[in-house]
Amino acid sequence: MTAASAGPAAGPPAEGEAIRIEGLRKSFGAHEVLRGIDLSVGTHEVICLIGASGSGKSTLLRCLNLLEPIDSGRISLWGQEITGAGVDPNLVRRYIGIVFQSFNLFPHMSVLRNITLAPVKARGVPRAQAEEEARALLDRFGLLDRQSDYPDRLSGGQQQRVAIVRALAMRPQIMLLDEVTSALDPELVGEVLDVIRELAAGGMTMLIATHEMGFARDIANRVCFLAEGAIIEDAPPSVLFKDPKDERTRRFLRRIVEAGRL
Amino acid sequence: MILGGGGAPTPGAFGTTGRGPRLLGAGGRRATVISTASTVAVLAVLAAIFLLAPGSAQVRHTFFNPADMWQSFIGNPKKGYYSVGEALWLNIRMFITAEILILIFALVIALVRRSTGPVMFPFRVLSMIYVDFFRGVPLLLVILAIGFGVPALRLPFVSVQAVAVYGVAALVLSYSAYVSEVYRAGLNSVHQSQVAAARSLGLSQATTLRHVVLPQAVRNVIPPLLNDFISLQKDTALVGVLGAIEANEAAQIYSSTVFNYSSYTVAAILFLLLTIPLARFTDRVVDRDRRRRLAGVGQ
Repeated sequence: MTAASAGPAAGPPAEGEAIRIEGLRKSFGAHEVLRGIDLSVGTHEVICLIGASGSGKSTLLRCLNLLEPIDSGRISLWGQEITGAGVDPNLVRRYIGIVFQSFNLFPHMSVLRNITLAPVKARGVPRAQAEEEARALLDRFGLLDRQSDYPDRLSGGQQQRVAIVRALAMRPQIMLLDEVTSALDPELVGEVLDVIRELAAGGMTMLIATHEMGFARDIANRVCFLAEGAIIEDAPPSVLFKDPKDERTRRFLRRIVEAGRL
Repeated sequence: MILGGGGAPTPGAFGTTGRGPRLLGAGGRRATVISTASTVAVLAVLAAIFLLAPGSAQVRHTFFNPADMWQSFIGNPKKGYYSVGEALWLNIRMFITAEILILIFALVIALVRRSTGPVMFPFRVLSMIYVDFFRGVPLLLVILAIGFGVPALRLPFVSVQAVAVYGVAALVLSYSAYVSEVYRAGLNSVHQSQVAAARSLGLSQATTLRHVVLPQAVRNVIPPLLNDFISLQKDTALVGVLGAIEANEAAQIYSSTVFNYSSYTVAAILFLLLTIPLARFTDRVVDRDRRRRLAGVGQ
């Protein structure tokens, strides 16, 4: 075993400012999706990103995980820039887990294999140990009896919980959640939100793009409202939901209230 | 009455008078009887046409003569012809060797064509030309070119191989072009989000390809792959033009020695015995895959 198996625990100090984003810009072709994002996230902080579809929430999270190359600006984790030259994205991704709206489980692998693939192949954890850790995580989230099932035998809520466990198995210090309940039937949303609440209670640093306003109000330390690729307002939920400063925030929240979602 | 007309439709108003799919049990038995009768009738008509045709006796003697069929099957080197049955063994060996090489070579071609990055550019162009070329040129011409051209080069080792080796080489060159396109379709069928999920977990590009993309891609194209291999099985007969004694060539030697075509019928039957099991196996794989997907949707 090499230093690779030590994992993030041996990495940066898990205190202070976890994420710093400065002047982040990103375009797809002629369309500029992110127009200068500045954001600072403290360790153990939970930030919810709200805003209409197309406001840039998902792209911001994908840039943080280095799934999308950025056009300009910089992103740092605990003071180390990750958007510069010579950064190994595979190492960065060990510190940042991401979970997608559409689960994206590997359909040809059992639940257990889905979870152990990355620890075994990317972190060099022995298979037996990886499976033991995976079972412990599955047990914690009430999924142990599904360990040998294939994803298509699971409900959407179970699939999404497995996807969260899969990301957690790499022992990340930061979790990015990209509208993880948007593809779920309403009655399955609760079980996934419970998992996220437990992560927050355990001190996980999280950036959560969500349309669940009630959930955002409960769980977030800060809520950021995005519109047209910029953070329009960044405030604690008690302030942002009760007394939004910007007219665009007010209009967005009014529509949400009218739709009965808050 | 806004809608006019009036009254609920009477039973049978839509034409379902008890005989429809509602009576599944009786309908099932009925369907079996009808399909059996229909099959018998069709076969009887075809047999009658064949037997009553003016030249029927002649055709039966030339193509279906039991004595000639048996003789060509077992062969008799003293009389100058080979066993078609034994010659089929060469087809089987060529088929299996070619299939293994095609599976590997075609995958390499497909991966090169999908590669990104400037370093791979010349290889991408080469593989594209390769696929275009060998999909466009008839297999028979490739076999002739390799089978007669390579020995004529008089190179050490490569020019002194058995005829069947050149045949297999030609089959591999031609079929790999098709199969690489099948692979490519399979690779494209794996959604980008699968790659994103794997990479986001810190897996390298190679690991992602090996453990996430390829297994799904291959599974998606097993039916078309098997289909290509059914056609490869019988195309091994074309190698006979080089003089390799495979089943088709053995049949031809028999027919030109004894002046009876029943040997071809034997060869045809043997090829059918080879391809039909693979065809049924393909059906089963397709069926199983469909059922599995339906089960997945039903959850």
